[in-house]
Amino acid sequence: MPDLAPLTPLGGTTPRRDRIGGVTIAEACDWALASVTARRGRASDAAGRMAAMIGTALPGPGAMVRSGDWRAVWLAPESWLLAAPLAGQDDIEARLRDAVGDAASVTEQTDAWARFDITAANPARVGALLERLCNIPPARLTPGAATRTVFEHLGVIMLRETDDSLSILGARSSARSLHHALTTVARSLA
Amino acid sequence: MTGRRLEHGGQIDRAQALRFRFDGRALTGHPGDTLASALLANGVRLVGRSFKYHRPRGILSAGPEEPNALVTLRSGARAEPNTRATVAELFDGLTATSQNRWPSLRFDALAINDLAAPLLGAGFYYKTFMWPAAFWERVYEPLIRRAAGLGRLSGAPDPDAYDKGFLHADLLVIGAGPAGLAAALAAGRAGARVVLADEDFRMGGRLNAETFALGDTTGADWAAAAVAELAGMAHVRLLPRTTVFGAFDHGIYGAVERVADHLPDPPPGTPRQILWRITTRRTILAAGATERPIAFADNDRPGVMLAGSLRAYANRWGVAPGKRVAVFTNNDDGLRTARDLRAHGVRVAAVIDARPDAPDPRIDGARHLPGAVVIGTSGRLGLTDVTVRTADVREFRIDCDALGVSGGWNPALHLTCHQRGRPVWDDRIAAFAPGPDLPPGMAVAGAAAGVPSTHGALHSGHAAAAEALDALGRTAPPADLPQAEDAPLALRPLWHVPGTRRAWLDLQNDVTVKDIAQAQHEGFGAVEHMKRYTTLGMATDQGKIANVPALGVMAELTGRSIAETGTTIFRPPYTPVSLGALGGRATGPTFKPTRLTPTHPWAEAQGAVFVEVGQWLRAQYFPRAGETHWRQSVDREVLAVRAGVGLCDVTTLGKIDIQGTDAARFVNRVYCNGFARLAVGRVRYGLMLREDGIVMDDGTTARLAEDHFVMTTTTANAGPVFRHLEFARQCLWPDLDVQLISTTDAWAQIAVAGPKSRTLLQRVIDPGHDISNAAFPFMACGAVTVCGGLRARLFRISFSGELAYELAVPARYGNALMERLMERGADLGATPYGTEALSVLRIEKGHAAGGELDGRTTAQNLRLGRMVSTKKDSIGAVAARRPGLNTEDTLELVGLRARRPDSRLAAGSHLFAPAARTEAANDLGWVSSAAFSPHLGAPIALAFLRGGAARQGEVLRAVNLLSGQDTEVEVTSPHFIDPDGERLRA
Repeated sequence: MPDLAPLTPLGGTTPRRDRIGGVTIAEACDWALASVTARRGRASDAAGRMAAMIGTALPGPGAMVRSGDWRAVWLAPESWLLAAPLAGQDDIEARLRDAVGDAASVTEQTDAWARFDITAANPARVGALLERLCNIPPARLTPGAATRTVFEHLGVIMLRETDDSLSILGARSSARSLHHALTTVARSLA
Repeated sequence: MTGRRLEHGGQIDRAQALRFRFDGRALTGHPGDTLASALLANGVRLVGRSFKYHRPRGILSAGPEEPNALVTLRSGARAEPNTRATVAELFDGLTATSQNRWPSLRFDALAINDLAAPLLGAGFYYKTFMWPAAFWERVYEPLIRRAAGLGRLSGAPDPDAYDKGFLHADLLVIGAGPAGLAAALAAGRAGARVVLADEDFRMGGRLNAETFALGDTTGADWAAAAVAELAGMAHVRLLPRTTVFGAFDHGIYGAVERVADHLPDPPPGTPRQILWRITTRRTILAAGATERPIAFADNDRPGVMLAGSLRAYANRWGVAPGKRVAVFTNNDDGLRTARDLRAHGVRVAAVIDARPDAPDPRIDGARHLPGAVVIGTSGRLGLTDVTVRTADVREFRIDCDALGVSGGWNPALHLTCHQRGRPVWDDRIAAFAPGPDLPPGMAVAGAAAGVPSTHGALHSGHAAAAEALDALGRTAPPADLPQAEDAPLALRPLWHVPGTRRAWLDLQNDVTVKDIAQAQHEGFGAVEHMKRYTTLGMATDQGKIANVPALGVMAELTGRSIAETGTTIFRPPYTPVSLGALGGRATGPTFKPTRLTPTHPWAEAQGAVFVEVGQWLRAQYFPRAGETHWRQSVDREVLAVRAGVGLCDVTTLGKIDIQGTDAARFVNRVYCNGFARLAVGRVRYGLMLREDGIVMDDGTTARLAEDHFVMTTTTANAGPVFRHLEFARQCLWPDLDVQLISTTDAWAQIAVAGPKSRTLLQRVIDPGHDISNAAFPFMACGAVTVCGGLRARLFRISFSGELAYELAVPARYGNALMERLMERGADLGATPYGTEALSVLRIEKGHAAGGELDGRTTAQNLRLGRMVSTKKDSIGAVAARRPGLNTEDTLELVGLRARRPDSRLAAGSHLFAPAARTEAANDLGWVSSAAFSPHLGAPIALAFLRGGAARQGEVLRAVNLLSGQDTEVEVTSPHFIDPDGERLRA
């Protein structure tokens, strides 16, 4: 284990959590991330090997899947973002490389992203928040949906795992701007 | 005092009183009032002064078309000028101030303009402020600026928050009058996702302002029931107080919801207004119609109102705008005003009907004057009587303190024009109606479509919804609509009553019938010319009232029909939109996102001064106690790097992960110099050209494995280079097996530079990694672990010219690594340095950066021409060999050193021979980057100089005309430090 203390994307030693109105916005740092992109002409090979590893087929455009500890998010044609619990030593890149061999390129992405989990007891509040954030119809972002979009000039990935939750991934360096946008909108709705 | 509150009636809450102030006077109104209705109820008629002549003006209308009753609402930083009193919802504590008057509304000194009216006619600006030219900026402009405009901005920052959002609908219904409500009910009952927006705070449109029945109930009650039903539907979104101001491409509409404008102060956190972007599959425009006046002499006196508005004040707000009223009309709708007011117990003096065959409305106590017109008015600050000329040419006065004028109704078709649709003239209603070229997906219903009756509005609303539902694959429910009036308008067009005195068409811009005649006389008869020459239809009301009457007048003057005369069309916004709403949440420092480096918390703790670099905030320098000028800090940092070891966060440089079996071929094609044979574990400097041969970017690229590269870009070009590579991968060479992804944010990268950098790194890199000069030479790279097993990448590259490395670790550990390096390097003099020192170091070393890579320079200009390989093809290589880019006297990068150490040398200066005149013809080149070199003790610079390579040793002048500098410089090599690179290979 390195004898260095990591910081969260917001610069804290522990993840930040804001409760505004009926909405909780929680900085989350518990996923290891890596991209898996099929080599040219190897998409089915790569997808097959990945499916064998995570235990389910990789998702198509606009979707995410969850299988055991793994989550897979469609990122671009023949490209996915894989997430697994971040436990101590981060070796997600090595594990995925072992699984896909030369069928895909794997790139470590754990620290490229800041993630905020938004939860609300009343699912309508998640929809109301979305309405103020970006041009995605809340009705379309049903559980299992994952999409890339833009708000406040920030490129983000939105993950809707359940009705009452929404995870937003944005660039780590702009985590504070992302957090500011989320909390401002939540306060505006509170 | 003329106006008063009626004993009964109106959709106001009489049980509750709201206190407000107008020009300091304490007044009261009720919930449900607008500022205009409350002012009239308090007997206030004079509310403003006109734009040009400062004529006394009153309330003309009861809606968004109001040209006169513009006030400054609220005070202090919240003061909002030019607010239409007719749409401002009354709240307790409201303060309003009249505008464009001095010293007071009743006595306005600038009313003297009115006496000078003959000099101030149409187009006077174009004739008056011509000579002498020296007066344009010093005299005329300040004068015009002082006179222009009505209200004044507070100048203070807006204290309120604004928000924005996105809505999605199957059907957007604009306007909640009878047509809009019928449409929304049909679509809502059919299960479609409906957004119903209305600018009023009470939905119902004219139903709230009229007295006739809908089935067995009143219009207002039917509207309230319809709204209640819609509110109960989960898939229907009601947006009262929301103006749809524009129809944009692809079924997108802009709307502003006034969330808190009707509250004394917005509750904390609550936005004052929300800008909605509504994406809809279908739209029904049911915006109603706007009444138009008839122009006659002195028709701008307070007390002269639109007839429909006059009765709206009585019916909806329980206000009699006068004690004794008269009506001047050319259609049957105007008669309703006389009837309704009489029913409210108001004395009606006369019904002056321009139609010779007008039916007698038989109003108790009122004279009926068919075929008569109003030819003048009296009353200094408000109407006291009107002069009438009857059909048999008798002229006499009629005492009245309010006159309702109706010249017909113009469909509110503005949104139909927002995508260049042209209205068409409809003789049946004597008005422009929506043309055939509507924005895609839009239908128009009710009065906005030129359907005059309530029955027609209800049925056309339902029919439009049925058609939209059909297109959406849904079935409309049967029309369940109440019985409603279905009377014809019976209108006989009349635009103005001829006379010698001024008759006002555009009350906001003080445009008269005479001005239109003058415009026509002077050759500005075409409608677009007339508008601009006379300023008719400009400013906040955009001619909602004035345009059509003016066209009628112009048609008469030219002897053409109005259809032939044509009309100007409308652009967004329908009504004024505040800049705050357009800005939304993006204000102040959060105007755009900010990117922070991984070591930002540490840098903050060190007291760093930060600088914006694109979206990034980077440490510019780290002042220490006793340093009073930034140069002291920067000089210290530079010298510390050259003598010991310095640390700088360079995470902002773009990092692109390139993998695939063809990765080497790919990199070799995007850089102009050779990369195919770069060994694994080695880094190379690469120069990237655009397709046209101009340098795009530079950086170092490391080969981590046979099929794996990491490319670095400059901070500014991280995005553009990634886009460029993606274009090459997807479009130019789809046959190559290459995968790209950005990893800029994933790694914290710290430059460790200076002769003691290796010693410092050896203290943090885990045992087992040999970074000695032999094992890890200049331009080596590789994976290492640091601080007890943390994965890291080490690159031996140098921007400063010293022995230097860049160490990358997962971003979350960047801050801790920086602290550790500082701590372990304390005895070595480890010093943090910022972007200023970084820049000085690279200028001393002669490395190109943003100033040199400005999108105009070639490899030859940078004296890197030999890097453009002729042994392979790469993007831009062929174009870089164009003869025009390879002339003998081309600009070449040189160093400059000021001859006097205390002189100043600025980037942007131009170079001249010692005796040459400082003019463009003698320009020899320019300074691209400049700094004070603490190492040399003199100002130095990098510059592009014509034939520069051969001019070393020459003395030139660097001239900066902006700052008045003229500095003697000596041309040198661009490499001020260690030209042979011995230091970085140490």
